[in-house]
Amino acid sequence: MAECGRVDSNTSHTMDKSITLPPDEIFRNLENAKRFAIDIGGSLTKLAYYSTVQHKVAKVRSFDHTAKAAGDKLYEISMQEEVTARLHFIKFENAYIETCLDFIKDHLVNTETKVIKATGGGAHKFKELIERKLGLKVDKEDEMTCLIKGCNFVLRNIPHEAFVYAKHADSEFRFQTTNPDIFPYLLVNIGSGVSIVKVESEDKFERIGGSSIGGGTFWGLGALLTKTKRFDELLQLASKGQHASVDMLVKDIYGGSYGYLGLTGDLIASSFGKSATADKEFSKEDMAKSLLHMISNDIGQLACLYAKLHNLSRVYFGGFFIRGHPVTMHTITYSINFFTKGEVQALFLRHEGYLGAIGAFLKGAEEDNPNQYSWGENYAGSSGLMSVSPDMNPMQRARSGTFDMLEMDRLERQLVNLPLLQDPSSYIPDTVDLTEDAPAREYWLYCFEEALDGVVKRAVASQPDMPEAALRAEKFRQKYRHKLQTLRQQPFAYGSLTVRSLLDTREHCLNEFNFPDPYSKIKQRENDIALKYYQKAVKSLDELSWEEKQFALVRGVLAGNVFDWGAKAVSDVLESDPEFGFEEAKRQLEDNSGVDIILGVMPFVRELLSRGTEVVLASNSGPALNDVTNGELQILTERIAAMDPVIEAGLREDRLLLVQSGSSSPCLDLSRLDKVLAMVVRERQTDLVIIEGMGRAIHTNYYAMLSCESLKMAVIKNSWLADRLGGKLFSVVFKYEVPVGKPNKDCGAFSPC
Amino acid sequence: KAKNCGSQKVFHSHVMVATNGSCCSSSSSNAFGSSTVPSGSGTFENMHHLHRGDDAECNGSPAKRCRLRRRTESVRKHRPPFPWFGMDIGGTLVKLVYFEPVDITAEEEQEEVENLKSIRRYLTSNVAYGKTGVRDVHLELRNLTMCGRTGNLHFIRFPTQAMPRFIQMGRDKNFSSLHTTLCATGGGAYKFENDFRMMADLELLKLDELDCLIRGLLFVDRVGFNGHPECYYFQNPSDTQSCVKKPCTLDNPFPMLLVNIGSGVSILAVYSENNYKRVTGTSLGGGTFLGLCCLLTGCETFEEALEMASKGDSTNVDKLVKDIYGGDYERFGLQGSAVASSFGHMMSKEKRDSISKEDLARATLVTITNNIGSIARMCAVNEKIERVVFVGNFLRINTVSTKLLAYAMDYWSKGQLRALFLEHEGYFGAVGALMELLKTTEDP
Repeated sequence: MAECGRVDSNTSHTMDKSITLPPDEIFRNLENAKRFAIDIGGSLTKLAYYSTVQHKVAKVRSFDHTAKAAGDKLYEISMQEEVTARLHFIKFENAYIETCLDFIKDHLVNTETKVIKATGGGAHKFKELIERKLGLKVDKEDEMTCLIKGCNFVLRNIPHEAFVYAKHADSEFRFQTTNPDIFPYLLVNIGSGVSIVKVESEDKFERIGGSSIGGGTFWGLGALLTKTKRFDELLQLASKGQHASVDMLVKDIYGGSYGYLGLTGDLIASSFGKSATADKEFSKEDMAKSLLHMISNDIGQLACLYAKLHNLSRVYFGGFFIRGHPVTMHTITYSINFFTKGEVQALFLRHEGYLGAIGAFLKGAEEDNPNQYSWGENYAGSSGLMSVSPDMNPMQRARSGTFDMLEMDRLERQLVNLPLLQDPSSYIPDTVDLTEDAPAREYWLYCFEEALDGVVKRAVASQPDMPEAALRAEKFRQKYRHKLQTLRQQPFAYGSLTVRSLLDTREHCLNEFNFPDPYSKIKQRENDIALKYYQKAVKSLDELSWEEKQFALVRGVLAGNVFDWGAKAVSDVLESDPEFGFEEAKRQLEDNSGVDIILGVMPFVRELLSRGTEVVLASNSGPALNDVTNGELQILTERIAAMDPVIEAGLREDRLLLVQSGSSSPCLDLSRLDKVLAMVVRERQTDLVIIEGMGRAIHTNYYAMLSCESLKMAVIKNSWLADRLGGKLFSVVFKYEVPVGKPNKDCGAFSPC
Repeated sequence: KAKNCGSQKVFHSHVMVATNGSCCSSSSSNAFGSSTVPSGSGTFENMHHLHRGDDAECNGSPAKRCRLRRRTESVRKHRPPFPWFGMDIGGTLVKLVYFEPVDITAEEEQEEVENLKSIRRYLTSNVAYGKTGVRDVHLELRNLTMCGRTGNLHFIRFPTQAMPRFIQMGRDKNFSSLHTTLCATGGGAYKFENDFRMMADLELLKLDELDCLIRGLLFVDRVGFNGHPECYYFQNPSDTQSCVKKPCTLDNPFPMLLVNIGSGVSILAVYSENNYKRVTGTSLGGGTFLGLCCLLTGCETFEEALEMASKGDSTNVDKLVKDIYGGDYERFGLQGSAVASSFGHMMSKEKRDSISKEDLARATLVTITNNIGSIARMCAVNEKIERVVFVGNFLRINTVSTKLLAYAMDYWSKGQLRALFLEHEGYFGAVGALMELLKTTEDP
């Protein structure tokens, strides 16, 4: 390891030069940075800091209607600066450490910072350098404690953090849904040696075993056997070798398989067994491969023995031996599968390399209580999982991974599971996994790329008073296009690729360039218009017979749903024909209702209320496309209440609750909902969940199983998806489900039959 | 597990033997209390088929001797013809046990065909055969009675690589004319079966290696080592100064965890002679030690490798806990002297340039041994077995490993587990094969 950290003057010179990236794209938001942590490993340094990001956010504020300035506008939109917390993690080769420290010193403004938390084997070696360069006191933290803390943090906060590796599958990475209860688990950390740690809770973990045969053995023995110095090169050698020429296989001893014991002939009976007897030279590749198998199998076997002894089925592997190397992930997976006969799956972590740094950071930030918050991976600022093809030249690989970033946003709200999920551990929000479904991936990537021009235009238009908006919008275009290109090559970069993740990535990129809510003006205009029609709509509904009314209400919700700027088919029409309004929507659906929330959802809610049903109306916490936000909905509902006694009474009697969902996405992940919403759902003993819209009921949650009755409704506004589902464009999905085993007693609030 | 069934089937399909009644039942109830295999014909029920030669029966009164002789003659009809061999053809070594009858009568001597005589003389008058064959004279079991005959059991080994030459010799000595059954176990029994048939006109009686291993082990333990116990352990394994080898008996052997370290390693949980399961195995075994040593140091033999290892210092090669943490890693109760990363120092070029071949050999030995110890210990805990018996030729002349295993079992289990060793380390499979030969004739 020492070798790796050593920088001779010659290479360090060229490496200095090679930092040509604009530094603000690596060490972002350094001006406000505080609370540093550093994890220095054998070859890579991981730096962590906490910073704040000043963001423009669109806030809505109800007009004081007594003032004249209000005009006929419902509410005003103002751009405000909001400060949000963000965690930055940067990973780079140890060779850059001095350059990076210099850069940080030059840009660090915050003088409150006095201490830097440090962990990792290299921490003591660079202690003096760090203290000298940064003037911060290095405070060492226990490596394993940091590792576990970091592991808990990513498992809790990053959906699709863990994955199963399948070398020959269509998608090599199979991401796991995170069980809300992450404990207990086994962490097998393969550094130079192996530590096997049982983690039972946030603070309770125990090293139950280990082995001295680990990454250091592969590297050390490999270097001796092959005269190859670098770890990456050894792995590359191994990926090209044939172990059977060095290992003694069962068939070498038996001439075939050992049938009694079910040992197949290809099984290794004795690692390196042939090199004891054969008088020949062995190739470097073959020896490296044999060594890799030997070590991976050994670790896998021990891990299985410990997992069995402690009755644990979740086994995560980490450490530099694993660190995204397909070769080692494959051999470990193979070994675990062999020794447990498929009962235990080897799990790997997307941010495995950051665990120590995250943990060290958390140790230092305990007074801020970071574990009290929910955090979310920022897709705009994070590099994502790199392509790690074993065929790639190790030098190339080292380059491409030179600087890797992970950014985590502190979410305003704490997110939890919807208590009504039938089985939280098997809940998958997304309907189609684009990581595995290649044609669907092709289609949607194309779709989002096609839509990009429109989004850019919309973003610029949303900020007419800001002259630099066009420039920012252009940057946004570049960033998002680059993300799409990355995802085309590496669909697994941010976990499973889904329509939701594509939408969320776009929102993150828009936010990054200060376009917090490009649709705010459109929404404002639509809401203004719709509000005017509200009373008329309600009146005409009231004139219908009961049965007709029910159909009309549903049609109303669905028609409103057509107004979705995220759907290409719709936005095409809306862009080309600005006059397109609910009249058109109504024609498409042969229906007579109005726009989304006001003319669709509100009359529906009104009906429920007037039947004596309590209604919890959940809406997005933050903006996403033209979806109504909780802030907007508060104002709208207030205005509607002023003209509708049913809504007014509902609010007054606490039978109508407006709650935020915790989401800022056009889609909905029921495993990450606002804690308050979950609480209300539990307290009110909700027995019917209605999910509306293509993003929330089709792209996500189409297959979600709830423990109460549920209704999923949406209009398919995408011809490709309509084809896929076997219907036509603008077909209607109306899916009413009763949980298995529950008698269909009372249809609850809504009965279509 | 119906292991026996399997081996019988193999036997019937490949071998023809005289089957006129029972001769020597290795499973008569007084010899093997736990056996479930039905004992042979009632005539021989009360006979001690397997006993030591100094038994009273051999030198009793004239009348008794007469009775004995009659009985011996009747047994003789049913016993397999000499020579009696048991063979275990492993991945690296062939283990051969040869029963040399010492009670040959003048009559017998006359009848004895020339090539049988020459085989006996060749094997017993030499301690080395060809370039690579060796007789482990110190292991010889003297005056042993098997199947009513008294004799010495010889232990011979040669590399599996020399197998073609061995088969060639079988042909040259016209072995097939002796009408003996060659009982063989180990993978080589399968691999070389055809060669034996084609080159030497010999049929092998193929036997399962784990069946043979357990049967042979229990037998040798029972008859003892020329008046001494076969089994031993280390007293004070955690203290290098006062650690001493102590003989013991496997009076109550079950359940035991049997760790057989040959080229690779098999770990068995044995509950009775016929009831066992293979718990797991590892490919990091004796073959790995020797293979890596050959590559790393250029040595050529196991003896050479061990000799080097005995002089080396593995801490120059391995990274210890204290090399990383400066001392003990208290958070996890790891001693500073524990190995954190085998060959871990070898990641650095300076260290690679500064170590000796002896250091490398030692590190290889320690790495492989500790790993076996670690897996064996986990299996013992998982299977809830406290007695761990280590056998196999990896342990031959290898006190570094035996002591290390004894230490590892004791230290990591906090004294709960005990490591046991057997003097005839690697020969039990061959002995088990021989016993099968003597047993086969009981089949009707």
